[in-house]
Amino acid sequence: MASADKDLAVADKSRRRIGGIHRNEAKKVRCAVRYSGLRVLIEGLTGHKGWRPLWRDPQPKPAYDYIIIGGGGHGLATAYYLARTFGKARIAVLEKGWLGSGNIGRNTTIIRSNYLLPGNEPFYEFSMKLWEGLEQEFNFNAMVSQRGILNLLHTDGQRDAYRRRGNAMLFAGADAELLDREGVRAMYPWLNFDNARFPIKGGLLQRRAGTARHDGVAWGYARGADLAGVDLIQNCEVTGFRIENGRIRGVETSRGYIGAGKVGVAVAGSTGRVMAMAGMRMPIESHVLQAFVSEGLKPTIPGVITFGAGHFYVSQSDKGGLVFGGDLDGYNSYAQRGNMAVIEDVAEGGMALMPMIGRARLLRAWGGIMDMSMDGSPIIDRTPVEGLYLNGGWCYGGFKATPASGYAFAHLLATGAPHDTARGYRLDRFERGYVIDEKGVGAQPNLH
Amino acid sequence: MLIPHPLLGPCDSSEFTYLGDARLIDRPDGMAEGAAAAFADYVYLRDNPAGVHRELWFHEQGDRSWLVVTRNTLTHEILGAELARDVALGGRGE
Ligand SMILES: Cc1cc2nc3c(=O)[nH]c(=O)nc-3n(C[C@H](O)[C@H](O)[C@H](O)COP(=O)(O)OP(=O)(O)OC[C@H]3O[C@@H](n4cnc5c(N)ncnc54)[C@H](O)[C@@H]3O)c2cc1C
Repeated sequence: MASADKDLAVADKSRRRIGGIHRNEAKKVRCAVRYSGLRVLIEGLTGHKGWRPLWRDPQPKPAYDYIIIGGGGHGLATAYYLARTFGKARIAVLEKGWLGSGNIGRNTTIIRSNYLLPGNEPFYEFSMKLWEGLEQEFNFNAMVSQRGILNLLHTDGQRDAYRRRGNAMLFAGADAELLDREGVRAMYPWLNFDNARFPIKGGLLQRRAGTARHDGVAWGYARGADLAGVDLIQNCEVTGFRIENGRIRGVETSRGYIGAGKVGVAVAGSTGRVMAMAGMRMPIESHVLQAFVSEGLKPTIPGVITFGAGHFYVSQSDKGGLVFGGDLDGYNSYAQRGNMAVIEDVAEGGMALMPMIGRARLLRAWGGIMDMSMDGSPIIDRTPVEGLYLNGGWCYGGFKATPASGYAFAHLLATGAPHDTARGYRLDRFERGYVIDEKGVGAQPNLH
Repeated sequence: MLIPHPLLGPCDSSEFTYLGDARLIDRPDGMAEGAAAAFADYVYLRDNPAGVHRELWFHEQGDRSWLVVTRNTLTHEILGAELARDVALGGRGE
């Protein structure tokens, strides 16, 4: 953790530089607008004529030192830290659609560091600390809200498991509290405490966890990367790799060939498809996960709650909608939409936990494609092709990882060495028997 | 999704549990040369195609047979279903 602390200090320094060097550099590209309350006030009084697009729309150059494939949260964060923290230049992000069109704009926005295993928990706690300074760091309102997450428990066995998990969290420098039934009741009196099959017996609370505005995170990193000189190239699908003598030379795209010194792949649900173009099979299956939002309601749920006896979790957005979800549909899918059976299952979970939800009307449902790995944990590593690096396998939990994932991937690309907190996320851990399997369910992606 | 069960006719997919790629039928020979590498591939690596996929479904809430279902992962369209037993005996698990 010592080195993670050092990295936080570095991130802190680069944050302070926003007012200095970087803003001057950015001015060469275009006049940077620094956001503040005062700025909003001035714009409000002058007809909002001073706002500019958040980033440029550059043409691809013939070659870059670093190409990041995928303009989702992880790709944009990687480019941001590569330029800002590791001081690299000649960087491009290639996105096949528009920035944030993938899972970064489809998730249920929960951020937390309540993992169990030593391969995971320090990484997610590093991410949590980066979240805590993120808005100051990239001068953008990502609506990071530490409203707490409560994992409910319903059996004595579950209490033991959560006590162990809470201790693992404390060891890694995170916060955790085990609540008894009355502690939970004080927070959420309207839960169904006496459900005959699944009475609520307590919960594991992480107060520093919460939510963040998912699009805002993508936009903040994109704007910050653009200001630091990164070319964000949209409508640019990577269609192949040029590999010579085992080394990456560049990428074929829908906008022509682009040469590259190093290429980082961060395409989440498309990991299998993209890596197949480099001739690699992945320890990953793509699955669909659905999410739901209700009509806007008065404030009722201050934090995030997860049901411990079924697949259901819920929070309330600042607009008032109840944002909730459940389990994967469970079969390979690239369709970005799921089936009715899971909607029914999630609704039943909600009714079992908080019967009052039955009065709310469902507004929207959607799906996203998850890169489900064989142990439920991610991969941040080099690949057998020299100069080609992989960031993937985020399953349904990669939003909270966005800052640390970008930081660790940038660290790997810039220094050639893994970040301290991401050492376990190796591509060869499966064949070598070093899996990081939080649930202990084995090589069955739809069960993680 | 409705799965056209070869014996029972159309059945709701929620009656089934899903295992994955039908290549899992072709279990490597544990005694052969290079078995460790073959098993690492077999257990952990997947083609994961966007398009037609042959996959194993277990009719847990039905007749408890294993099926090989051919399905398009981009559209969820189901193109056919066979008894996994027939596939395995016919050696067509690829
Ligand atoms: C319904 C749902 C709920 C979720 N809830 C949570 C949650 O509460 N908390 C949490 O931590 N995580 C959650 N997640 C998971 C999280 O959203 C993802 O793990 C994370 O966003 C993945 O990383 P990303 O942002 O980089 O992915 P994406 O945003 O999907 O980025 C990948 C990008 O790569 C692009 N791409 C793909 N192929 C190519 C190509 N060939 N060329 C160029 N570009 C390409 C795509 O267009 C896409 O924009 C949820 C996901 C879903 C779907």
